[in-house]
Amino acid sequence: MARAITTKQKVIWTALAWAFGLLMFFPIMWTFLTSFKTEGTAIADPPVWFFFDWTLENYTAVQERSNYPKALMNSIIIAVGSTLLGILIAVPAAWSMAFVPGKRTKDVLLWMLSTKMLPAVGVLYPLVLLAKWLGVMDSRALLIVVLMLINLPIIVWMLYTYFKEIPGEILEASRMDGASLRSEILYVLTPMALPGIASTILLNIILAWNEAFWTILLTTVDAAPLTAFIASFSAPEGLFYAKLSAASMMAIAPILIMGWFSQKQLVRGLTFGAVK
Amino acid sequence: MGQITLNQVTKSFGDVQVIPPLDLQINEGEFVVFVGPSGCGKSTLLRLIAGLEDTTSGDISIDGKNATELPPAKRGLAMVFQSYALYPHMSVRKNIAFPMRMAGLDEATQKTKIEAAAKALNLTDYLDRKPGQLSGGQRQRVAIGRAIVREPAAFLFDEPLSNLDAALRVGMRLEISELHKKLETTMIYVTHDQVEAMTMADKIVVLQAGVIEQVGSPLELYHTPRNKFVAGFIGSPKMNLIEGPEAAKHDATTIGIRPEHMTVSKIEGAWKGRVGVAEHLGSDTFIHIHETGLMDMMTVRITGDIEATHGDTIYLTPMADQMHRFDAQGMRI
Repeated sequence: MARAITTKQKVIWTALAWAFGLLMFFPIMWTFLTSFKTEGTAIADPPVWFFFDWTLENYTAVQERSNYPKALMNSIIIAVGSTLLGILIAVPAAWSMAFVPGKRTKDVLLWMLSTKMLPAVGVLYPLVLLAKWLGVMDSRALLIVVLMLINLPIIVWMLYTYFKEIPGEILEASRMDGASLRSEILYVLTPMALPGIASTILLNIILAWNEAFWTILLTTVDAAPLTAFIASFSAPEGLFYAKLSAASMMAIAPILIMGWFSQKQLVRGLTFGAVK
Repeated sequence: MGQITLNQVTKSFGDVQVIPPLDLQINEGEFVVFVGPSGCGKSTLLRLIAGLEDTTSGDISIDGKNATELPPAKRGLAMVFQSYALYPHMSVRKNIAFPMRMAGLDEATQKTKIEAAAKALNLTDYLDRKPGQLSGGQRQRVAIGRAIVREPAAFLFDEPLSNLDAALRVGMRLEISELHKKLETTMIYVTHDQVEAMTMADKIVVLQAGVIEQVGSPLELYHTPRNKFVAGFIGSPKMNLIEGPEAAKHDATTIGIRPEHMTVSKIEGAWKGRVGVAEHLGSDTFIHIHETGLMDMMTVRITGDIEATHGDTIYLTPMADQMHRFDAQGMRI
């Protein structure tokens, strides 16, 4: 029997859900509103909500002051590149952990995840030295590799959980059918895990897109992505809330739009496939 | 093509040896059934032959060539799995084509073979469907089709019918037997169902705890089981195994008499008992008999129908020439 839900309960829960949703959405909305205010209105007390003179001057100012297209391009290349490179490495890794687990597989998985808990600043010095020694500071290649390494545990974990759901007999059948390991992964495993792989790619693009620590510290001009672009609007000349907001909006817009169109896959990714 | 020899093959998982040293010869064109209770190692044995599990020691040779170290793809065998193991993202056509694609066959040959297999297995109308849109029986036929087009040295079947309902199972059983007669290829078939084993096999291999208890034709196993285990496992309903003084009378530790090898009377006979449940099948009647003083419950099978009321007294007389005798070790005397 279906559980009976009264209209009153429905209204309460819907209201709560909306309240919570708006709370989460509020900072983005506020940034959005602020980006259309003048610097004066932006810091007005009490704050002005909707009724002010909407202006695009912040966007123009941001455009004039810096190279947005270049930062955008860097962000795209770094986020997509590091994710695809990670997938390339993680698919075989997750395959072996899911289908030919050894005694230590679980430990290895946990160890990999534990590296995510290491404070990033702990490896800052060696990494910067290494990058300088190799002469790759402020290059997209460096960021692609570094972000790939940072997100690799998550990618492997996600793929591992998706692969676990695929019955091993189907892979065995492909082996009986004469498939080499490469064909097995390429023609059988990957197509079957495609929804999972798609979720993993989406989530990791977002993680890489938002990654600020390394992208700001390892770049100066050439490889600076949108995170560095926003950062450049904060400190030196004091805080310009409206311009900062405009820069922020420009930085998050692409990923926000992508997220909007791939909500279903994203939810699947965020819950590690638990939602059917 | 299709001769498989196992020589002193063993398999251990960690410290547990599931298959102690085992020898087995499977001849070309034979239909061999591995049968035994669950956990007896029959599936493991099949997977060792397939190459899906590594042998711990010993050799497996296929058509005279040592295949022990060969990967599954290189052994030239085809396997039909219990779960069918079809590729869910491919159409029936692509499923059947997959082994040929892997072998690098040209498109035209693939097409001819797919059509021939589909025709033989009644799948022509379903070639463009996905496995998810097929019934259990159809899926099983696709799995068989995928195996046929490989033209393997031998077919391996791992409990292929246990996911089907009873009526379909009987039908598929016949189809597989027909297929064997037509192709004359070696087939190895794993099942826990002794009826499947009896009806399909040229040769049955009875396994228990990884040990081969007996190898023989279905009727050999039925008429001369080598030991008590085989006697109890082959035949349905089960053989009645009687121990104690009654067995001693026949110079044995245990005597066995099949349900169909006893006569029933309401007036007189060698053994007296009380009628329990009677199962009327129309063609036969199985009567379960209690309080014989010989064993917990005896089963007798009578051709045709018989009036048997619960609680009635009944007399049984075994046919002396059909009695099996076993010694203290459970071996046939």
